Order: sequence, then C-alpha cells, then structure tokens
Amino acid sequence: MTLLRERGTRRPDVVVPRGRGSIRGPEARAGWLFVAPAAVLLALFVLLPVLMALWVSLTSWNGQGSPFTGRAPFVGVDNYTKLFTEDGLARQDFFTSVRNNLYYVVLVVPLQTVLALCLALVANQRLLKGRTFFRAAFYFPSVTSSVAISVVFLFLFANSGTVNAVLGLFGIDGPLWFSDSRGLVHLVLDGVGLVNLDAPPAALADHGVFGLSWWDWISGPSVAMCTIITLVVWTTSGTFMLMFLAALQDVPVALEEASLIDGANRWQRFRAVTLPHLRPVLFLVLTLGLISTWQVFDQIYVMSQGDPAKTTLTPAYLSYRTAFRSFDYGSGAAISFVLFSIIVVLTAVQRWLLRERRG
Amino acid sequence: MRNRLRRRAPLAVVAAAALFASAACGSGFDDNDKSGSAQRSGPASLQILFGSSGDAETKALQEAAAAWASATGNKATVTPAQDLAQQLGQAFAGDNPPDVFYVDAVRFADYASVGALEPYADKISNVDDFYPALRQAFTYQGKLYCVPKDFSTLALEINTDLWAKAGLTGADVPTTWDQLTAVAQKIKAKGITPLALGDTRDRIGAFMVQAGGWITNADGTQATADTPENLKALQYVQSLLKNGLARYPKQLDAGWSGEAFGKGKVAMTIEGNWIKGALQNDFPNIKYTVHELPAGPKGKGTLSFTTCWGIAAKSKQKEAAIDFVEAMTKGEQQLAFAKAFGVMPSRQSVSQQYLAQFPNDQAFVNGAQYAQGPVNAPKMDSVLADFDTGLQKLATSDPKAILQRLQKNTEAALGG
Repeated sequence: MTLLRERGTRRPDVVVPRGRGSIRGPEARAGWLFVAPAAVLLALFVLLPVLMALWVSLTSWNGQGSPFTGRAPFVGVDNYTKLFTEDGLARQDFFTSVRNNLYYVVLVVPLQTVLALCLALVANQRLLKGRTFFRAAFYFPSVTSSVAISVVFLFLFANSGTVNAVLGLFGIDGPLWFSDSRGLVHLVLDGVGLVNLDAPPAALADHGVFGLSWWDWISGPSVAMCTIITLVVWTTSGTFMLMFLAALQDVPVALEEASLIDGANRWQRFRAVTLPHLRPVLFLVLTLGLISTWQVFDQIYVMSQGDPAKTTLTPAYLSYRTAFRSFDYGSGAAISFVLFSIIVVLTAVQRWLLRERRG
Repeated sequence: MRNRLRRRAPLAVVAAAALFASAACGSGFDDNDKSGSAQRSGPASLQILFGSSGDAETKALQEAAAAWASATGNKATVTPAQDLAQQLGQAFAGDNPPDVFYVDAVRFADYASVGALEPYADKISNVDDFYPALRQAFTYQGKLYCVPKDFSTLALEINTDLWAKAGLTGADVPTTWDQLTAVAQKIKAKGITPLALGDTRDRIGAFMVQAGGWITNADGTQATADTPENLKALQYVQSLLKNGLARYPKQLDAGWSGEAFGKGKVAMTIEGNWIKGALQNDFPNIKYTVHELPAGPKGKGTLSFTTCWGIAAKSKQKEAAIDFVEAMTKGEQQLAFAKAFGVMPSRQSVSQQYLAQFPNDQAFVNGAQYAQGPVNAPKMDSVLADFDTGLQKLATSDPKAILQRLQKNTEAALGG
C-alpha cells in the first residue's frame, strides 16, 4: 500500500530510471540484504512449515516415517470433504467444536473489549489515587502463566470450591461447573417454560445442518464453557487495557478542553471525542481478540479436554487430538486450515464493518 | 503493477530456492528401507521409553534395566515419558523411535495397523503362559505382536465402616445385579451414597460384559454395539443412576471414583487394582475389602487393562530388544515389579506366588479368567470418546440411541 501511495505522489516530470544500473539499484539490493535474515527466518520457520502442513492435509499420513516420500497416500481434498459433506463422526465433531467456539467468541470478544475499555478509563483518571497500583493489578493476570491460572480456576469452580461456597451464602445451590454440559440458551428457554430440556421440540431436534440438529446449534455455551469464558475475559482484559490506556493518553488535551468550552457533557465528550480517537486501537483489540479466541487451546487442554459432553471442544483442540491422539495427521491439519480460513474471513468482515465511513 | 511484479520476481526465486534447499535438508529423515532393517552388531545400546505411574515404577525399571545391561554387556537407557502417546507419535513421524516402549492395549491396534510394531512374540519363551485374554488384546489380524508386561482388572471395593453403618455384613456382599440394587437401596436409606462409578466405557463396559455384550466381536472386525445385551446393561446402569444408587465421580466432586471412595463419600466403588496404591498414599486410614464384580444375566464379567512391551519395527537392535523383553517378562522379574509398584504379573505360572504375597488381590486375579480386554481395532479412539460422551449423559438420555450411535460410528471406523 505504501509503495503505491508513494508512487502516486511522485511528480510526473521526474523520469524514474528502471532496471540495472539505476541510481536506486544498489539501494534496492542493500534493502534486500538487510531484510534477508528476517526473510530467510520467516520462510524457514513460518512459510515452509505452513506449506508442509498444507501438503500433510492432502494426505492420509499416519505418522509413520516422513510424509514427503511417496509412502504417505495422497487423498486430495478428502480430509476437507470429510469435515463438510460426509455424514459421520468427523463432521459432527468438527461442527460441534465450531459451534462451541462460536459462542465462546461471541461472548469473550465483546466482554473483554468493554471490560478492558472500562478498566483503561478508570486507570486513566487523573484524580485516581494509586493509579500505578491499579494498572499493575489489572495487568497482573495477563503476565501470569495461563496454565497456572487455569489450575487456580479449577479449584475456584470445583463443586465444593470457593465460587459455590459464596453462592451458598446467598442460599444458591451452585451448579457442578465442570460436569454441566447444559447450554445456557437451553437453560433459559427451559427456565421460562418455552421448552422441556428432556424432551426438546421435535421441529428443532429432528432437523439440522452439518450433522447437528437445530436444537444443538442453539444450545448456547455450556455451563462448563462459561467458566472458561470467565477465565479468559479476566486474564486478557489486562493486556487490552494497556493498549487502550496508551491510546487514551494520546488523546489531545486541547481537544477535550475545546469540547468543554463547547459545553459537551461527560458522555458527549466520551462519545464524540475519545471514542473516535480510539478507533484504530479498537480495531487492533477486536482483531487480536478475534484471532486469539478462535485459537483457544491451552485453557481447554488444561481444564476440560473437550468434556463434558464435547461442549468445550474447540477446533484447535480437536485438531490436536485428531492428529496426535488418533494418528490422523491429515484430518488434523485440514481442521487447522479450515480454522485459519475462518479467522481470515472474520477478520476481513470485521475490517469492513469498522471501516471509516466518510460523509 | 507489472513493474512491481517484476521487481518481486527475485524475491520469489530466492524464497523458492530456500524452500527447496530446506526441503532437501529435510530428506535426511526420509525412509531408507535398506538401512532401516539393517541390524547393528556388537554391544547394543537400547533406548526404552515408558509411561511411568510414579517414582516407584521408574526406579524399579531403571534397576531392572541396569541389571540386564550389566549381565549382557549391553547398554540400556530408560526414559520416563511425559506424554507417551505424543512422544511416540513424534518419534515414529521422525523415523527415530525408541527400541522398546510401553504400548497400551487401547492404542495397540493403531500402532500395529500402521506397521510400527515388530511382531516378536514367537521369540519369547513359553508364550502360552500369558493369560489368554491378555494375548488376545495384543493380537492383530491373527498375529500376536508383543507380550503383556502386567495387567489389571476391575473389582468391587467396599468401605467396611460405611457398610457396617448401613447394617450390612459380609454375607450381604452382592453377587448379582439384583443383590447390588438391593444393598444399594439399603445404603441409600441410611443417607449414604451407595456406589461411585466412573462415567466411561472402562467402567460401565463391565456391565455390558456381564450382560453378554461388547462393542465389537472378539477379533475387532465387526460392530456389535446395538444389541439387546448391551441395551440391558445400559438400562440397568441408568436405573442405578436415576435412583441415586450410583453417582459419577464428578457429581461427588472427585476426579475419579477412587478419590470419592477414599474420602469416605461412598460405600462402594468399581475400580482396578491401582486403587490399592492410590488409597495407601492418599487415604491410608480407609478400611475396605475387595470382591469380584456382581454377575449379570450372562454370568461374571469384568474388564482388563494391560500394557505390552512394544519393539519398534524400525529398531536396529531387535535381537537385544527381544532379549531385554524376555528378561523383563520373566516370572521372578514380574514378581519384583509387583512388589515395587503393585501390578499383577501377566504370566499365569506365577499367579499362586503372587497371591501368596498379596492374598487380598484374589478378586482381581480371579477376574483374569473372564475379563474382556479393551476394544482391539484401529481408528476407534474418537468413536469410543464419543461413546463416553454419551455415557456421561446416560442418566437423562435414551440408552438405545446411545448404542445406535456407537454402532453407526463403529461400523464406519471398522469399514474405513
């Protein structure tokens, strides 16, 4: 993009010399020389493995010997069609994981963004005493190992753990967090008496798409998944708070004062001055959030391994399990590439939604 | 735009060259069958990878390996694995597997079907001495591949204090499903949870065996999940769950049944002989007795779990590896292992000696005669995980539907 723009601003009367022997020639060569180490490292450790994985996803390699000799049978796009068109366990598991992750993303991304923004606004108050303390405290979960935090949450949400003990003080009989596979939407529908959990409406239960019934699709995140959602929102909002904080401190004081003179109240100032300034950071936070939530793995691996009843299965974990537990490396790689395209598409959509609208 | 493309061409060439160069480097781990099967001569240096149950096992194995090494003039490096399945998977993929390693019966068919294992069993002395059920577990397409190192079976553990509290005596130990239901009701009437039952096929499957069913036929070629026998078993377990006579460990806030049992939350549980060591370590004060599982409509039934000594088909020192396994599976050596970390010898000839040392294990040893091994077929891992998911919801769902689903998925896995 920058290249194009540069060229656009160049004066038309300057003839740009081309090819070898140009003034810019040695410069370009020097440029390549400077980026060569980074480019080689990227090619070797990112591009090459990606291409290798792409090849593996087109084979039915079982993990014996190298997949790059003739011995790994080439199966074309079979691994991909198994995920989408063949009625079987592979497709069912994959779409169960997509459903779980979808609910996870839909809850985690807005929650962590809003929470991070609120924390940043609080930590940015000039009048607040002990600002540094709060900043450090909010940021602390982000720099702690996710495995350690996951284990702490396992204790917190144990059936006789702290959370249920606190709920018990209010006379609430807390759920069995990690063994409760009931979906939130199902529970709500059941609670208001619309449906019966044990006998779901036939219209929903008997029809469906991609191997899951409509009833399964609308389940919402399971109670077990909610604990993981809580954990992730709590841990990552610190990181994003820091980004918002940096952006907030960049908002020109003069602008704020100008709006004050114009008679804007607190909310108007936030809405019309602060928020527009935060747009690039907002985009960054949402994109990073979207990518990391679709790739959630370590919390699942430590806390639930996809249980209960597959309601915390995610594509990343499923890919790992398919490859390293079932020796079906081809399918595992295929799942990861589908996951990759989901992320790319969603990021593009989000970019389009957040584009600057003029006029 | 065109100009830009032209300028980028060199980059593409460089990148492509880099890729090819590194791909060529990668050919270092390519297959070369000639060198792969060539055997090294002279003193061997064996790599042994195993999944350890704890320090006791690691230490016992290291000592046994050192003794073998000094007696034969070879070298043996014993490495406990962090995650055996994954480490083995990587080693096979890199074409550099350890010479000898543990193979869980659950994973056995996966390894055997891809040709990772050397079928060496016929070179081990007195193979028929191993329990028939265990040999069956390591037979793939009619061929015995490896020999079991030890085994476990499920039995019924009873907490003697809670048992007495419920007004029950030694004569009340259930031997049939009906009796199990009856005593469970008596225990429940006293406000005690009667039975902790693991929510997987590895526990509930025992009921299927007692009812005369199982997931596949004996040689793992046909799905036999959707049968009246299996249905009867699941319906029975469901009735236990629904009436509060049995509970899954998670409902009891325990990681596994043994923990719930050790904490004194339940009067009975169904676990294997590993529960001895676990209770001794974590709950030394609990008093309990061990009995054979109650018989179902088709007689006694239990499940066996076992691990064999696998030898890699690509090992360059197979002779030494076989000699090592021979030494490790000798009767006396197995008794030494039994003493060190509480496993049961896989050779029938030493079962009497074992029982003389551990008379309380009678129920576990008896189970070997009528035990069913794990499903012995490749590509069943995700199918069985799916079945476990169904079993987790057994209390509220239709057993027939669970079995139909298992049948469909098993057929797909076995046919494919």
